[in-house]
Amino acid sequence: MTLSILKERKDQVVERINGNETVSCSRESLAGAVSQRACVFCGSRVVLYPIADALHLIHGPIGCAAYTWDIRGALSSGPELHRLSFSTDLRERDIIFGGEKKLEAALDELITRHNPKAAFVYSTCIVGIIGDDLGAVCRKMTELKKIPVIPVQSEGFKGSKREGYFAACKAMFTLVGTGKPENISPVSVNILGDFNLAGEIWIIRDYLKKMGVEVVANITGDGRVDDIRRCHGAALNLVQCSGATLDLAKMMKEKFNIPFLRVSYLGIEDMAESLYIVADHFSHIDKDIEEKTRQLVKTELEQIMPEIKKIREELNGKKAAIYVGGAFKAFSLVKAFRRIGMSVVLVGSQTGTDEDYRELAKITDPGTVIVDDSNPRELSDFIVKKGVDVFVGGVKERPIAYKLGVAFCDHNHERKIALEGFTGMLNFAREIHNSVTSPVWKFHPARLSRVEEKSSEVCCG
Amino acid sequence: MLHHTPDEISERHALKVNPAKTCQPIGAMYAALGVHGCLPHSHGSQGCCSYHRSHLTRHYKEPVMASTSSFTEGASVFGGGPNLRQSLKTIFQVYNPDIVAVHTTCLSETIGDDLPSIIKSAVEDKTVPEGKHVIHCNTPSYVGSHVTGYSNMAAGIVKCLCEKDETESKRINVIPGFTDPSDMRKIKGMLKEMKADFIMFPDTSGVLDTPQTAEYKMYPDGGAKISDIMRAGGSSLSLCLGKWSSEAAGVELEKKCSVPFRVLDLPIGVLATDRFVEAVSQELGLPVPKSIRDERGKLVDMLTDYQQYLYKKKVAIFGDPDTVIPMTEFLLSAGMMPKHIITGTPGKAFEKRIDSMMKEHGHDYEYNCSNSADLFYLHQLIKKEPVDLLIGNTYGKYIAAEENIPFVRFGFPILDRVGHSHFPKAGYMGGMHFISGVINTLLDKMDRETPEDMTMELVA
Repeated sequence: MTLSILKERKDQVVERINGNETVSCSRESLAGAVSQRACVFCGSRVVLYPIADALHLIHGPIGCAAYTWDIRGALSSGPELHRLSFSTDLRERDIIFGGEKKLEAALDELITRHNPKAAFVYSTCIVGIIGDDLGAVCRKMTELKKIPVIPVQSEGFKGSKREGYFAACKAMFTLVGTGKPENISPVSVNILGDFNLAGEIWIIRDYLKKMGVEVVANITGDGRVDDIRRCHGAALNLVQCSGATLDLAKMMKEKFNIPFLRVSYLGIEDMAESLYIVADHFSHIDKDIEEKTRQLVKTELEQIMPEIKKIREELNGKKAAIYVGGAFKAFSLVKAFRRIGMSVVLVGSQTGTDEDYRELAKITDPGTVIVDDSNPRELSDFIVKKGVDVFVGGVKERPIAYKLGVAFCDHNHERKIALEGFTGMLNFAREIHNSVTSPVWKFHPARLSRVEEKSSEVCCG
Repeated sequence: MLHHTPDEISERHALKVNPAKTCQPIGAMYAALGVHGCLPHSHGSQGCCSYHRSHLTRHYKEPVMASTSSFTEGASVFGGGPNLRQSLKTIFQVYNPDIVAVHTTCLSETIGDDLPSIIKSAVEDKTVPEGKHVIHCNTPSYVGSHVTGYSNMAAGIVKCLCEKDETESKRINVIPGFTDPSDMRKIKGMLKEMKADFIMFPDTSGVLDTPQTAEYKMYPDGGAKISDIMRAGGSSLSLCLGKWSSEAAGVELEKKCSVPFRVLDLPIGVLATDRFVEAVSQELGLPVPKSIRDERGKLVDMLTDYQQYLYKKKVAIFGDPDTVIPMTEFLLSAGMMPKHIITGTPGKAFEKRIDSMMKEHGHDYEYNCSNSADLFYLHQLIKKEPVDLLIGNTYGKYIAAEENIPFVRFGFPILDRVGHSHFPKAGYMGGMHFISGVINTLLDKMDRETPEDMTMELVA
């Protein structure tokens, strides 16, 4: 297979042979590449923004705020302050004379008008260069306005999204422990690393409720400042998503001695497994919890399996490609595709770690291509050469898939359908099924040529 | 979601809430895509490039390719020169475009990278292969808006590519403002119908509205050809369609190649299209063909057929100056009352132009017009003085939903609807397409809210 891989990227792309492969990763993108990666600010912004009763002020030129305005469907059951876009809109004179005064005035006005429970102030590239003292302004405004005003050190150039996640966790951690952890059940958790896209966190909360587990704080989907302030009262942290909130869990373990479990709510196996390990964790306090969990999983599965089986019959043998932000999601997707009879022939991520890629090599089939920090040229080559039927990715990958006549499933932040939980697995199966079997593909020139090739094979054979 | 907007309009100086603009580099990236075989290059952090590509992809529903210098902490302290050099090396080795269009970001602009000398040395030491081009422009994100970025890249294209040619020719350059490929295609179509000799750039038709071919082309067939752009220095006149986004390129062409220029509006609506057609006809001494006159007739026919639904309807409109100005004029032609007219792009000339347009139409009603405004402000204006129709980009939908106002999408970006890449708003036919959208949207609401026994007449 000859592919257009940059020489410098050779060891960031491997074909799985025996499951012991490693992928070089966590490297800076090669300058000049059409990278699919984003920046530190982007990482911080997407993690913190679902906290719905906080003010999110972006200190920088307008673009950083414009491009991140309401880009995720992170739903709130109450206030929706997070869905507005606030920017100091730095202008040339601010770049020359500094933007601190403007930032102060903006905070003063916004806090007075909206009465948020806290304010996050995001630093952008330019703020790092002109040297505004974000920390000093935030301290001053905290004192003046009597709410936590928290700087987020998210200058874009300091790395990729991963560093942004860390900056976000550091910012959130300043809140943790500032509330009173009273009246919290010993069987209680915080949900970390779920952003309530299409209401997903509500599905998970519902499962936990049925198991008798109290959720103290959502971090950050449908999040609330006061919950985060007292979340150190929870007995356990459940951490989903590769990088986004793992650092926060580690900080809470160190300072408050709260253990954490890594979970995934995507796919049947991972969803069930996640609930079982929670049950196991609390089984010494609640004798019935394991039975309750088994019942819950049983009931949920009974509801979705008949249809999934039907879908599986129709999708059997089809091939999928996965390119996502964090590798953790890819683990679950590989299993989920297997569940609906499909094989994953390409899997990659923007920000996977060495550990992530070892795991991917272990769980994928021989022949699967594993990539780190890929680009459109590579991805389109793989899609064509591997004969992919459906591509799972984000906004930048979607039109590439469609141009190539390949079905697409948005598993990124733009999705409007819940894909987590058992119901989510059914939604996922339906979406893949719909996209793959849609009659529109029969008009697609790429599919026509596939059909022609097949019929000519038959003739010759 | 907009229940957080208070009724009382508050004085604001320090911030924007729900912006009606974005930053320069995305405009430069869009303009660069209007050159055939061009890879736009973002000289800054990789996030900028990623955001611009995502945003353009969401609007055009097409893959958008651009490379980035991937700035790191080191680059932002010691300068991005090495990153740009490495970028050019990578780009020509791997992506092999005919031309690379470099724009800056707030980061590279502030640390003061000197693009011309970095590019010059890359050309000299053959990092840029022979026969390939690297053009550039400065797009500080903290000046102007995305429209300014488009303008700067259009001027950059002239600066780096156009050549002086004094042989006499009767040919026009057309530099369209920041608008959709559908409009650019329509403008070209009118010029062809008139049998005009013209060179148009940037031209994103055929780049961001491509057909399904089963082949993924990194450089689609469309876009202005480099050889044509070079020849633009020998044309007899440049028509700059949009003061904000195209005048700078015209000025540059005059300075560099002594080609005079005229600034016109984008041909949106009856009057602006008239002026465009007249200007072409006059300069090239060409008659206006029957096909174009017929199109005009159909648009006027539609306006008269439905005038009762349009007349005195109050409208709020927001967007970029070069599209909002002719659209406001179009609304006035149709008998509507633009009540709140705002743009996020800074520049007092916007208000002046709207004011004089209102006077020309003999209007003496109160209206609000602001440059450098945002959608929070517009929402407050609408709460204070309600309107019958809202026209603007995707973000208007929140205001429309909150206030139950019929809403017609227009401008950039439109992230949540389809069609704008293919169905123009420019030209007489584009006017028909747009105004039928307006009429149908108003009628939909009337039908919905009229009791069943009093439904709308079937033939209006």
